[in-house]
Amino acid sequence: MSVAARRPARQAGALPVVHVHHVSVRFGDAQVLDRVSFDLEAGQFLAIVGPNGAGKSTLVKVALGLVTPDSGHAALFGRHAGDVPERIGYVPQLKTFDRTFPATAVELVVTGLRRRWPARVRPPERNRALEALAEVGAAALADRALSRLSGGELQRVYLARALVREPALVLLDEPATGVDYLAEHDLSLLLERYQARTGATVVMVTHDLAAARYHATRALVLNSRVHGFGLPADVMCEACLQEAYGHVGHGHVPHTHARRVHS
Amino acid sequence: MTLVGELVEAFAFGFMQRALLAGLLIACMCALLGVFVVQRRLSFLGDGLAHAAFGGMGIGAFVIVVSGLSSEGAALLRNPLWIAVPFALLTGLGIAWVRDRTELSSDTAIGVFFAVAVALGVLFFSRIPPDVNIGVNVMDLLFGSILAVRGTELIIITLVAVGSITLLLTLWGRLAYATFDDELARTDGVRSRLLEYLLFGLAAVIIAVSATVVGIILMAAYLVIPAAAARLWARSMIAMTVIAVIIGTTTTALGVAGSYLFDLPTGSAIILTQALVFVIAAFTQRR
Repeated sequence: MSVAARRPARQAGALPVVHVHHVSVRFGDAQVLDRVSFDLEAGQFLAIVGPNGAGKSTLVKVALGLVTPDSGHAALFGRHAGDVPERIGYVPQLKTFDRTFPATAVELVVTGLRRRWPARVRPPERNRALEALAEVGAAALADRALSRLSGGELQRVYLARALVREPALVLLDEPATGVDYLAEHDLSLLLERYQARTGATVVMVTHDLAAARYHATRALVLNSRVHGFGLPADVMCEACLQEAYGHVGHGHVPHTHARRVHS
Repeated sequence: MTLVGELVEAFAFGFMQRALLAGLLIACMCALLGVFVVQRRLSFLGDGLAHAAFGGMGIGAFVIVVSGLSSEGAALLRNPLWIAVPFALLTGLGIAWVRDRTELSSDTAIGVFFAVAVALGVLFFSRIPPDVNIGVNVMDLLFGSILAVRGTELIIITLVAVGSITLLLTLWGRLAYATFDDELARTDGVRSRLLEYLLFGLAAVIIAVSATVVGIILMAAYLVIPAAAARLWARSMIAMTVIAVIIGTTTTALGVAGSYLFDLPTGSAIILTQALVFVIAAFTQRR
């Protein structure tokens, strides 16, 4: 069965999974987000692309309730993100955590189940964490110290943490920062597999335009304001990207053919 | 007399029992707090809040003398701690506020409050006539006087220890999560900003009560060394917490006993025993 076929059809009047309405955020003199609006339906894979400082991470943080917008509002499943944490799997940028913190991979994954740091990992929790680690190809890392993991390994552990609670929405904020191209490609494939199994919605902030075109079913081109939202083939055209970026990558738009069926 | 016989004789004295009990309670709460202080890179906080306690003790002693409580009133009211604790609490919350609302780093915020508190302490102690007995010896305040712990002080330490240990254990999972990654914890419903204010407030109360017993100058070591040594051995946060408490309490018992046997200043004996454990941990750490 194709990915698109397994996606739950949106019922008339059903709430969008992600609803962002006229969100504006200003940090000091910088207008980071300017009246950003979009709705994302269930089962989509949205890639948020844009140049550095475009407000991509801020937009994700507004959606998660980590940043309060100056105006407008955002909702996940029709509610404030803080009201539905169990339905959200978040993969932050890898640079945010304390590398000196004494912890093993399995403990981090269990935070996805317990939403607290575990003093003791109970056997059923360990089993579920091991399954999640196995799903992302990281079962061997379970008892390794986080401080000893490479960027790519950490990325998998964080993804296992996000997926262990089987969320209906996976949000990833530049998860590929500091990892190589293959690791990013693997990550996208893992997400596709998870989506195919659960029908979840995926939102990923990425700098990789080729990966966005290849894996996403929706794209949001952002540079403070929305420069395009829709099918990647439509909104990631050369003109759209040049408008958002001022230039495009190394002077060309990646002509990777969209692999997925865009509904 | 054997060493054991000497120790049995020593701990038959009430002052030694009070010293040991006070030391163990302080060691336990400081170690529990210390793991978060060390992991959050707030080691300077112990010094800062201990000096805030000094400022509070100065204000407290001055108020007691001016109000006439030094010669009459309940024992508790004659103890400047009842002003030092709220003063340290305000200082702790003030540091948390500066961290939260400005772009200044923790050590800068702590440094500012530290200096102001010492200045206030010196100012108010200097205003007390030298012939007035305020029940507080400034030298004891600086270097500690664990063997001189009185009944009222032990009651205050016990109450603070029971409250703070209960709170720290209850919030351990949330505090550890927010310490690991504040943002990630917030997405899981952990109110990390509130926790940070609570941690600073709790640290202020624990440090103010402890500093008057172990000494303002030695206070930071009590908070930092057991947790730092534990970090060198531990591979998980819970192991770090348990090991820190074991190091804190064991070195306190050894320090109190050693100070009696070898006629050493008790605070120094405890801290140097902790330092010895830290050196051993540094050479035998798990990589």
